[in-house]
Amino acid sequence: MSAEAADTGAILPQRGGLSGRLSDLFWKRPGLLVFLMLTPPVLWLGIVYLGSLFTLLIQSFYSLDEFSGLVIPEFTFKTYAELLRPSNFDIIMRTVVMAALVTLASAIIAFPIAYMAARYARGKWKALFYLGVMLPLWSSYLVKVYAWKLILAKEGILTWLFEVLHITPILDAILAIPVIGGNSLSVSYIGTFLVFVYVWMPYMILPTQAALERVPINLTDASSDLGGNPWQTFRHVIFPLALPGIIAGSIFTFSLTLGDYIIPQIVGSSRLFIGQAVYTQQGTAGNIPLAAAFTVVPIVIMGFYLWMAKRQGAFDAL
Amino acid sequence: MRSDLDKAPWGLKLAAGAGLLYLFVPLLIIFVYAFTTEEKSFVWPPPGLTLKWFAVTWGRPDVWVALSLSLQVAAVATAIAMVLGTLCAAAVSQTRFFGREMISLLVILPIALPGIITGIALRSAFSMFEIPFSFWTIVLGHATFCVVVVYNNAVARFRRTSGSLIEASMDLGADGFQTFRYVILPNIGTALLAGGMLAFALSFDEVIVTTFTAGQQQTLPLWMLEELIRPRQRPVTNVVAMVVVLVTFLPILLAFYLTRDGDQVAGAGK
Repeated sequence: MSAEAADTGAILPQRGGLSGRLSDLFWKRPGLLVFLMLTPPVLWLGIVYLGSLFTLLIQSFYSLDEFSGLVIPEFTFKTYAELLRPSNFDIIMRTVVMAALVTLASAIIAFPIAYMAARYARGKWKALFYLGVMLPLWSSYLVKVYAWKLILAKEGILTWLFEVLHITPILDAILAIPVIGGNSLSVSYIGTFLVFVYVWMPYMILPTQAALERVPINLTDASSDLGGNPWQTFRHVIFPLALPGIIAGSIFTFSLTLGDYIIPQIVGSSRLFIGQAVYTQQGTAGNIPLAAAFTVVPIVIMGFYLWMAKRQGAFDAL
Repeated sequence: MRSDLDKAPWGLKLAAGAGLLYLFVPLLIIFVYAFTTEEKSFVWPPPGLTLKWFAVTWGRPDVWVALSLSLQVAAVATAIAMVLGTLCAAAVSQTRFFGREMISLLVILPIALPGIITGIALRSAFSMFEIPFSFWTIVLGHATFCVVVVYNNAVARFRRTSGSLIEASMDLGADGFQTFRYVILPNIGTALLAGGMLAFALSFDEVIVTTFTAGQQQTLPLWMLEELIRPRQRPVTNVVAMVVVLVTFLPILLAFYLTRDGDQVAGAGK
């Protein structure tokens, strides 16, 4: 837009009325309009969101008096040192490993759906794929978790299915695996993992599909014309071009798994994840500083993650 | 057209189909459970089918109270998010300025960071400034993460709307408000409506942030969470779950119809 042209020689005479004069003003000074438009959202997000984050950050540098159970508002690193205790550090590691596995599995399951939708589906099929992803994505989070409880519970659908197929020993063998197994799938890490993947995977499909849609077909054609087999075409052409989309999707799958405390509470074993630790520390334990310090962990991890993603150009694929 | 569905390799078709099944089957199961006669546990297959629990659910005041709070919060949060998100999208998409990337990061941050962080951050701010829990503390949290949905929809549409349309309108003598009313709004209207509906769905369903900002109040997701942890009448939960799924399908289908013709927006072929 050429604001300078309007400044130097106006084609039209000045407009009358308040709205006319305001329009002239904004036309001559587009910066002013942008400033006015940005003020409300930036104030809101700046005060409500960043402001709260900041108070949280401050509290993480406070500590809890072990005798009185009161928060001492003095600057200290003591609470952060507590994070390194084996029991707390285990929680962090467990959560990060789970988030990484969920992200990886999501990418693997999402890719064929995204590729099919981007490359082959047309017209009616395209709409079907879109709704097939959007409806589960936007359906109630708790209903989805609940549905999985029905599937994974001891008397639930999977147990029944294994019985009908006469392969119950396989289920028993899976449940007997130490650490990730348990009494039933609904109180095991396997169950937690399945539900995490189910609930967050759709967030992977959409950005991957968006990235795949931008892959020019003549590039894949060129690859096969030059003698590349489908695997080579995937490996050297499609995958690198889809990667920013996958990384964009992974921001969501990783971050959402990192902070969730409801899924592991409803489907999972008694060993905590970061979200649950935060929740119990601020609630029943009343240890706000430790809860705050725990939340700084995902913030730092996600800060690093977002920085990496930005360098990979993932933000354009969001 | 050389690439149609039939030419897809069968392995890909199989993988995509299996993936979609994985996404859909659990939702369908909810529908069956809403009719089961089994009251205490999760027995499958259902021993019998009944409509009784729909009537019981209808007569439960706690469900209605929670539902009404959820609807009110979602309506107000959506309205706020639509204003803030549209303003932000208009500013970011029409011009380039210093700090533009920072702003888009700021908008994305509330959903890019885990929800529990938004929740506990708000909670700690409320306690530090001694703000009592109320309807507005819930709205505050919800509006913050709803902005991004409206923003994303609006930005995508603004990018497709040609700037020359706006210049033409101004050249023809319209002032800024007329241009907004007759040129910009008709072009972005459906995208805004779609964004608004998705924001509504997002707020209606939110549970993690809400647990920290609701105090003693109960939104419908909080009611469900309570039932999941301490079940009172499981069949009622089943019925509510099914109704919630059906109700959230509507705005999504509507949002889909509103944005699917986005390619034909005036000026898209610039």
